Amino acid sequence: MLRLVVTLRSSSVEAQLVSVEQPTRSMGTAQLTRDIITLKGSAAIVSEFFCYAVNSILFQRGIYPAENFARVKKYGLTMLICEDERVKTFINTVTKQMADWLETGSLERVVLVVASIASGEVLERWSFNIETDKEVTEKGIAREKPDKEIMTDIQGVMRQITSSVTFLPHLEEPCTFDLLVYTPPDSKVPPLWGESDARLINNPQVVKLRSVDTKVHRVDAMVAYKFDG
Amino acid sequence: MAKVLQTPTKSVLQSRWSERLPLREQSSPDFLSRKTPRNTPGCNNDRFIPARKNVDMDLATLLLAKENSVAASPKNEEYKKQLAGNMLRENDGNSRILSFSSKPPPPPEGFENPRKALYTQNVTSPVKSKKMFRHIPQAPERTLDAPELLDDYYLNLLDWSSTNIVAIALGNTVYLWDASTSSIEELMTVGDEGPVTSVCWAPDGQYIAVGLNNADVQLWDSQSLRQVRSLKGHSARVGALAWNGGPILSTGGRDNSIINHDVRIREHITSRMIAHEQEVCGLKWAPGGQRLASGGNDNLLHIWDIAAGSTQGPTPYLHRMDDHQAAVKALAWCPFQANLLASGGGTADRCIKFWNTSTGACVNSIDTQSQVCALQWSKHEKEIVSSHGFSQNQLCLWKYPSMVKMTELTGHTSRVLHLAQSPDGYTVASAAGDETLRFWQVFGSPDVAKVPAKVKLTDSRSALHSRNIRSPRDRVNLHRQTASYAFCIRYDHRPSVDPNTTLEGKITTINPENPGIVDPFCKTSSK
Repeated sequence: MLRLVVTLRSSSVEAQLVSVEQPTRSMGTAQLTRDIITLKGSAAIVSEFFCYAVNSILFQRGIYPAENFARVKKYGLTMLICEDERVKTFINTVTKQMADWLETGSLERVVLVVASIASGEVLERWSFNIETDKEVTEKGIAREKPDKEIMTDIQGVMRQITSSVTFLPHLEEPCTFDLLVYTPPDSKVPPLWGESDARLINNPQVVKLRSVDTKVHRVDAMVAYKFDG
Repeated sequence: MAKVLQTPTKSVLQSRWSERLPLREQSSPDFLSRKTPRNTPGCNNDRFIPARKNVDMDLATLLLAKENSVAASPKNEEYKKQLAGNMLRENDGNSRILSFSSKPPPPPEGFENPRKALYTQNVTSPVKSKKMFRHIPQAPERTLDAPELLDDYYLNLLDWSSTNIVAIALGNTVYLWDASTSSIEELMTVGDEGPVTSVCWAPDGQYIAVGLNNADVQLWDSQSLRQVRSLKGHSARVGALAWNGGPILSTGGRDNSIINHDVRIREHITSRMIAHEQEVCGLKWAPGGQRLASGGNDNLLHIWDIAAGSTQGPTPYLHRMDDHQAAVKALAWCPFQANLLASGGGTADRCIKFWNTSTGACVNSIDTQSQVCALQWSKHEKEIVSSHGFSQNQLCLWKYPSMVKMTELTGHTSRVLHLAQSPDGYTVASAAGDETLRFWQVFGSPDVAKVPAKVKLTDSRSALHSRNIRSPRDRVNLHRQTASYAFCIRYDHRPSVDPNTTLEGKITTINPENPGIVDPFCKTSSK
């Protein structure tokens, strides 16, 4: 009986993966070039990942009303994208700038801060540490990693974000979010960007999430939250 | 490794160190024989005491330090990095933290996190649920002056009618203070018969029984302000009165006896109950009107059946409780649990005791650290309020049955002798030896209550409490019905009253900001 259940599960996962693969397979000629990851391509993948991850967190944590979100098929999952014009512009502007930084390898960390509006207290801190392969940025060589594997990585993180609501404390009060970007101290500050403090949580509970690795950028995700147990 | 040791001094060390590298593997007897004097023959890996002068201590320290760092494998490095990352300390001061100047918009006004319904029970990370104690105002809602209020523990001089009128006996006079309009009326003044020793409203709120120092009990009509009849029977002052919810009035006097009067009939004394050995100071009928609790200065508490006196049992009373160590004045029947009685003892006792009156067993007893003058149960919550004397002169609100003290209300400057509860059950009036009458909203407020009248209507006809709740409009003179005499409770909310309304007569308003100071002008003009 148990075995039967297990096989059923694995087959359902397979079915999902197959459905993911199909579009890439159909583009037969493109497949060879797809496995090669350049710095620019990796930056695009990672910044897009941030965009979806941020939207997903906003939806899952209930920062904005659910009716503001639209469903989009992405990474073999149904992703939710905030359609509020101002939120959208904010995320797009930030992720665009992130892509630029990723291409120069000067993005060290991206932090999504969820803070109470009333008290300004930081309640959650979603942190994405980015490690950039120095050789790629300096010498411009490309790496190889199948698209499918990167997608599985991203899927894993997205699923973890979705399931995080089960352990994260409920956000009682209305909250807002902000994105913090860690760059090297010698990096240039673009216009419209300003320096911020780290907005840390005192005595946080930390849960490490999965990582996304494009062989060029490695993104380690984790969430820290206020815990008054 | 080579990268690390590129400084000249380090490279020198490195050459020496590489010589000694085998030591780390601990497998070269050759090395040991060369560097260390062999104190113990044949000892390779055993403990040995080195000759200090042969050992380069600086080098050893350096190597020791090096060893630790060398031992860090890439795996360890990774672990360390993760650890640092987890501690959120990594890159502190090394990175520039930037944020976009324009911030994302806040969620729309009034938006509530929809996940509340789904994830309110977090097991892994419980956000501590706040204990929802309701707010209890610490200051009295209103303070009235009550000059000449007798500071006598054994009297019962305050009562609040079902028609929302507070009766208080000040000296020889009984005043009626309408809580809805703040208007005041003088009901009666006695001469040599006084002072008034007890007042008690009939359940209908129209008639009031007044006990006097000369052992008389008078029945007054509060609407026409006329005496209806006089009930004689005691031989000493009547300090305790209680209606049984019907036409039966029980009176307890200093002559140690309790008399049941049927106020409708000419020969009004239906039974005389003698069991106390000293003055009776506490009398309360149970909500059903079947049982009477009486407390006396002889430290005794008796439970009587309505048929007491007529039936010939071994004892006239149902139960006698002698647990209290002082006079039992404070008595209160529980409104939500039949047969549960709370009683409080005087200065030498200081206890509130709870009784199962069916069996006579003491259910619970707590020491309050102060004499218990009066008790009132809440009609809405499982709470009881008690009033005390020395040294705090406070009111205490207790949670039942845990008897956790929810709050203490201080303000009175002398012992709080009497308590009375408003008909809506939210406000408690307290009269104290400091000659003030204070109103406290201890049992919540009508605004936040969840339509208590409606809930009660459903069970108003239950046998448990034979009281009838009707709307004020179809309220009829229930007291004329005899057999199924019903306790009538008016449940319309007390209209708010301007606290600064000038009161005529003896009760005058006191500055609520500074209740201790009585306006002398008001006081003198009142006489």
